[in-house]
This record gives sequence, C-alpha cells and structure tokens, in this order.
Amino acid sequence: MTRTPRLHIPHPPARPGDTPDFSYVDISPAGAVPRPDVTTRLRDIERSLAFEMVRVLDEEHAAVGPWDPHLDHHDLQVGLRYMLLTRLFDERMHRMQRQGKISFYMKSLGEEAVSVAAAQALEPGDMLFPSYRNQGLHFARGRNPVDLMCQLLSNTRDMCKGRQMPVMYHWVRGNIFSISGNLTTQYPQAVGWAMASAIKGEEDIAAAWIGEGSSAEADFHHAMTFASVYMAPVVLNIVNNQWAISTFQGFAGGERRPFAARGPGYGIPGVRVDGNDFLAVYAVTRWAAERARQGAGPTLIEHVTYRADAHSTSDDPSRYRPRDEWKAWPLGDPLERLKAYMIREHAWSEAQHEALAAELGAQLDESWEEACGFGTMTDGPTLDRNELFEDVFKDVLPHLIRQRDQFRDLED
Amino acid sequence: MARMTMIQALNSAMDIMLDRDPDVVILGEDVGYFGGVFRATEGLQRKYGEHRVIDAPIAEGGIIGAAIGMGVNGLRPISEIQFADYIYPGFDQIVSELAKLRYRTGGEFFAPVTIRTPCGGGIRGGQTHSQSPEGVFTHVCGLKIIMPSNPYDAKGLLISAIEDDDPVLFFEPKRIYNGPFDGDPDKPAMPWSQHPKGEVPEGYYSLPIGLAEVVREGEDLTVLCYGTMVHVCEAAAKLAEVEAEIVDIRTMIPLDVDTIRQSVEKTGRCVIVHEATRFSGFGAELSATVQEECFYSLEAPIERVTGWDTPYPHAFEWDYFPGQKRVAAAMVKVMEAG
Ligand SMILES: Cc1ncc(C[n+]2csc(CCOP(=O)(O)OP(=O)(O)O)c2C)c(N)n1
Repeated sequence: MTRTPRLHIPHPPARPGDTPDFSYVDISPAGAVPRPDVTTRLRDIERSLAFEMVRVLDEEHAAVGPWDPHLDHHDLQVGLRYMLLTRLFDERMHRMQRQGKISFYMKSLGEEAVSVAAAQALEPGDMLFPSYRNQGLHFARGRNPVDLMCQLLSNTRDMCKGRQMPVMYHWVRGNIFSISGNLTTQYPQAVGWAMASAIKGEEDIAAAWIGEGSSAEADFHHAMTFASVYMAPVVLNIVNNQWAISTFQGFAGGERRPFAARGPGYGIPGVRVDGNDFLAVYAVTRWAAERARQGAGPTLIEHVTYRADAHSTSDDPSRYRPRDEWKAWPLGDPLERLKAYMIREHAWSEAQHEALAAELGAQLDESWEEACGFGTMTDGPTLDRNELFEDVFKDVLPHLIRQRDQFRDLED
Repeated sequence: MARMTMIQALNSAMDIMLDRDPDVVILGEDVGYFGGVFRATEGLQRKYGEHRVIDAPIAEGGIIGAAIGMGVNGLRPISEIQFADYIYPGFDQIVSELAKLRYRTGGEFFAPVTIRTPCGGGIRGGQTHSQSPEGVFTHVCGLKIIMPSNPYDAKGLLISAIEDDDPVLFFEPKRIYNGPFDGDPDKPAMPWSQHPKGEVPEGYYSLPIGLAEVVREGEDLTVLCYGTMVHVCEAAAKLAEVEAEIVDIRTMIPLDVDTIRQSVEKTGRCVIVHEATRFSGFGAELSATVQEECFYSLEAPIERVTGWDTPYPHAFEWDYFPGQKRVAAAMVKVMEAG
C-alpha cells in the first residue's frame, strides 16, 4: 500500500552541510517603523508593529528614526558593560562545565541585548519572570556574579540550597523570579503578578520571557487570554532565536506569521523588534512598560535574534544546523553593534573596550575563586544534608521528620 | 542475537513496528531529524519519512491530544514526551481523555496510543529531569503502565505496547539506557554488552504485558521492584547477605498478582522498592496487594524503600536515591523481625 501524504512538515532553510539561508527573515530598514503614542488604539497600529521590524541602528551603526531612545553616554556604557559581562560569564561557566566543575550550563551568546536592554528599560520594582537564557537580567540589575556561580556549584551559598540544576537562579531582592525546568509556566504567573499589582493599586509591572519554541505550550495562551481580559500591566516577551534545541522556529508556527502577530489575535499589541539592536530593544520595552503603567494593558514583544551556541552543554548543534550559521545571521552580533554605535558617538573607544574586558575578566576570576571558597562539587564546605527535608512545606511535617530521622540513622 | 543498549533496543522495537505496520507513527519534540535527545528515534525519520516520524511543537498537551485524534482516525501513534517531568501539560489529555475514551463511548471509540517517556534520576538532572511519576498514573483507570529494567524486556514490551489497542504509558528509566546501574555512582559504568539482558534478538518478538519476572530466586525474602531498582536490589541483596527473591514487576497495570503471591507465600517476607516518592506511591498498592493476598504467610511487616517525600534535589541526589545501603538495611530489618 503506498500513500501520498498531504501533511505539511516545516523545513528549516539549511541543515548541516548546507549554506545558511536567512532569506525567510523579513527585515525592515532601521528607522522605518513609526512609533505610535502609547495610547493609540490597537487596530490603528497592529499591522506595522507586528509584521515589520523595529530597528534603530542602521548599517552604518548610526541611530535613526522615531524609536531612537537617545540614551546618554553613561547609560550606553552601562548597557555595554553588562552585555560584555554576560558574555564573558557565559564563556567561563561553559568552560567550567567542560572541566567538570559544574554539572550543566546554558549560554545566551548572541542574545545578550534582549535581557540587558530590557532590564535597563524597566524599573527596579518591576518583577521579572525569566527563562533559562536571560542571565543578562541578573547582571543588568547589579547582581554579584559570585551569587550565580554559587548556584551553579550547588554550594553552601546557593540561593536554591542545592535543590535546582545549574542556571535555575532566582533573586528575591532583585525582583527576579525563580526559573522552572518546565517551559512557559512563568508566563501566566507573570500575568498574575501584574494583576495583583493592579488589584493593589501599585505602579509596578511584570515582564516575562520565553523562547519561541515555548510559545507552543498552552501556558502561552493562558497568559495571553488573562492579560487581555484584565488588561494586565505586563510585558510578554518571545525571544525568537530561530532554534528550539533541534527544531527551528517553523515548528512553533513561525512559518505562517511572525510571533508578534499573535498579539492582535488576543487584542494585545504585538511588536516585532530587532533583538540584536540594543537601542531598539530598549525603546520597545520602554514603550510597552509605559503602556502598562498608564493602564493601556499588556504588550507582546517578539525579539528576533539567533541562538549562537548550543542549546546547552548537553547539546551538539552541528547535528542539525550548519556549523557556521551564526556568521550568516543578518542581524549581526548585538555586542559588536552597540559598541560600533558608541564608538561612532564618541561614547566609547577600542582602548576602553579592551580595558573593560580585562577588568571584567579579572572580576570573574576573583568571583570564581570566591565562589569556590563556599564549596565545589569535590572540595570545601558542603550543604547540610538534613536540609533535604526542609522547604517542602513551611514547616517540616511529621512524615518528613520521620523520614529525616530514618535518613540520619542510616548516616550513622 | 545482537547486543543492544536499552536505547538501541527501543529504537529497534520502533523500527520493526514502523516497518510492519504503516499506521504506526511517532510524534514528539526533537524525535525526527535529530533522532531524539536520548537518540531513541535515531535514523527512523530518514528511513520512514517525515510523515511517520514527526517533529512536534513544544506542547505536550498537543502531542498527546493529537495522538488521540490520530489514534481515533486509524493510526497507531507513539508519543514521546522528552522527560517524564514534562508530561504534566498533557495530563488532562491523558487522564480525562486517553484513559477514558473507550469507557465513555461504550467501547466504540478508542485510541491505541503509546506514550514513551524517560524517567528517574541519577543523572544530575535536578527536580525537573529526574521524576518517576508512574504512581500518578497508576491511580487513573484505563491506562496500561510499563517500566522495563533491561534492553530485552524494553524491546519486547514496547512492541506489545504499540500493538495493544489500549493506551499504554511506557516509562523508560534513563539512568539504565546505556548500562545497568546498581546504585553506586562511584563505580565505573557497566555496559549492557556485559549483561545477559543486553542480548536482544534483532527481529520481531513481543513479551506479554502483565507478567512480572523473578530475576533472582531466593528463600529468605521477596523484593518487589522495577526499573533501575531491580539492579540496585540485586546488589543490595549481596550487601545484606540475604537470599532474596527479586521480582521485577515490569508492568504495573495489569499487575501480575500470581507471581507476587507465589513468591511471598514462599518467603514470608517482603520488601518493596521504588525510586518514586513514598506517600501514595505504587509501593502502597503493592503493599496492600501483598497484605490482601498473603497475610497469613507473612512473618514480618512489609518494608518500603523509596525516594523521600521531597522533590528530587540536585546536590543531594545520592542522599535522595534509594541506594544499596537503604535497601540492604530494609532487608536486614525484615529478616530480623518476627
Ligand atoms: C514542558 C517542557 N517540555 C519540554 C522541555 C524540554 N526542553 C527544554 S528547553 C527546550 C527547547 C526550548 O526552546 P525555546 O523555547 O525556543 O527556547 P531556547 O532554548 O531557544 O532559548 C525543550 C524542548 C521542557 N523543559 N519543558
């Protein structure tokens, strides 16, 4: 029996050995997309924002058009610093995993602007609900790298008390929520946080991030529906880095419509932005946050970017995509683009950049040494094993006390 | 006979079934071009085409819901859930739909879906890559539930699961994908090629769903276990120096009560072991079964050794895992009692 299937199966434009091809990525010229007032009615703006691409930096590294946030030199330098810190941190921690010092790691190479620019555009009281590829949020909020390293080491200063895999950070004081291993769960939670803020009459808003692959989960739709129904003050970000482990964005529905275009279907403005353009990400996040704060409701932002390295240290992308694909990525490297703009603006120089890289490198060396002092996988102080039974509930319940006693008896 | 790892045995089972039955399809995250994150479906898309081995969006509710629809429309889908920890977005489709479709339609609609999913810890996966949620599903009526402990059983049981007209949840203990694991993480890994159950016929064969296996005979006590724990219990029996009769449960639903009864009637003592948490775990069902069936043969209270009633902690993995020492202590306790 022969069958002639009629089902459409998405195909990435290039597989290993093929020439990379990003002709499917629609790119608007920098400055081309109008910037509507934050109170503009959705139906007047939905098409341009969701289907075109907000970009500020042009090919000559100049900032052009209505979305230029006109950041001063200081803000630009802060942004560049944290993007570079994120990148160097990733590089080192990846190396530490390879050396067997930590069990697992996930880099955000090529996506640093998405997190750092957004954190800069939001207020410190705004609550962030990250995915595992948003380490830049922590740095941009001033987190000491030692804290993150201690989590990676599951040591005595690990904020998760050794209970989570590496990179599943959180930061109560910095208003950054816990990362779950289960994708997209944070999306409706962010909406709920924002609803609570509105119920309490407070100004703080929430923001959440997922990968485009994760937008296939039902929780995406739960979040969008609740955000739309209650006009929740929330910024919902989809980081479209083209790949979800081995499946390209077509498997999440990206072949039909940009991810941003899902917003209008729910009555939520969707904005498609060049995720490798620090200024554009900053400006769009600012715009969305302003809408949320003024009571104009949620915004969906699609950041078009590229996952430049492996999904995680357990992954080998050369099995499913061309090795050199990142080099062909038309939106370039977010760090290099911001740097080029700043040099052009006389806000930065190569010499300053080298000095910064050296400074951050030294800081990370010191941080690693300090973090290891709180314990590594093989040496130094270790967490108290009895803590295994704590925090399941607020109090250790009787059945867990019994199990803990049993555990202690076995230890002796 | 060939030598296969559990991954190769599973791959072989799916290969054979895709070949024998044009209605068999595979659906899951990264299962197609990539061959799955654990490589269980490696090469199958190339061989059978992308309409038979289908990469899915990241939506477990969709993967299971769509499989139900495919099953109703005559296909025989195998859904892969990348980690058992990620099965919950598909929970409603499994519990309310897949499990109950036949009953609610007076037997007229059914969906012969097999859900394969890697479970269990010991791989430094923390709480979202280590769970053993079989007990969550054994409490649902309408699902057959399997967990093999070796490549030979894995292949024969997976083939039966795919051929079965009822929905089957097929849990794969990922720690023993590449070799048996006796619970000692410091020992060098042993490959399946050195284990008798790593000998697997290349061709088609099936094992009946619903039969336990006595993997080691003994007179002193009965150990009821499954999955990775079978290997841990064998090592623990040596450590405790007891002649344990080790029963690999293999299929939780249907449960082989006869084999359990015969063993416990013979030994009079019983230890139940699983990696999943204790409270309301499948061990409770086993314990109740032994009590109901063998009460007058029991010479000592039944002992359960399980994961603690906490999430699976990354740093304390080996304190959490019910290893040889804990199992051996329970064996000694049961021998000393009564
Ligand atoms: C509910 C659930 N299903 C599956 C997984 C396994 N998984 C982890 S990351 C990932 C890919 C996610 O891709 P995407 O959302 O695009 O984010 P990216 O990794 O590209 O940043 C998958 C399938 C999971 N963690 N949770």
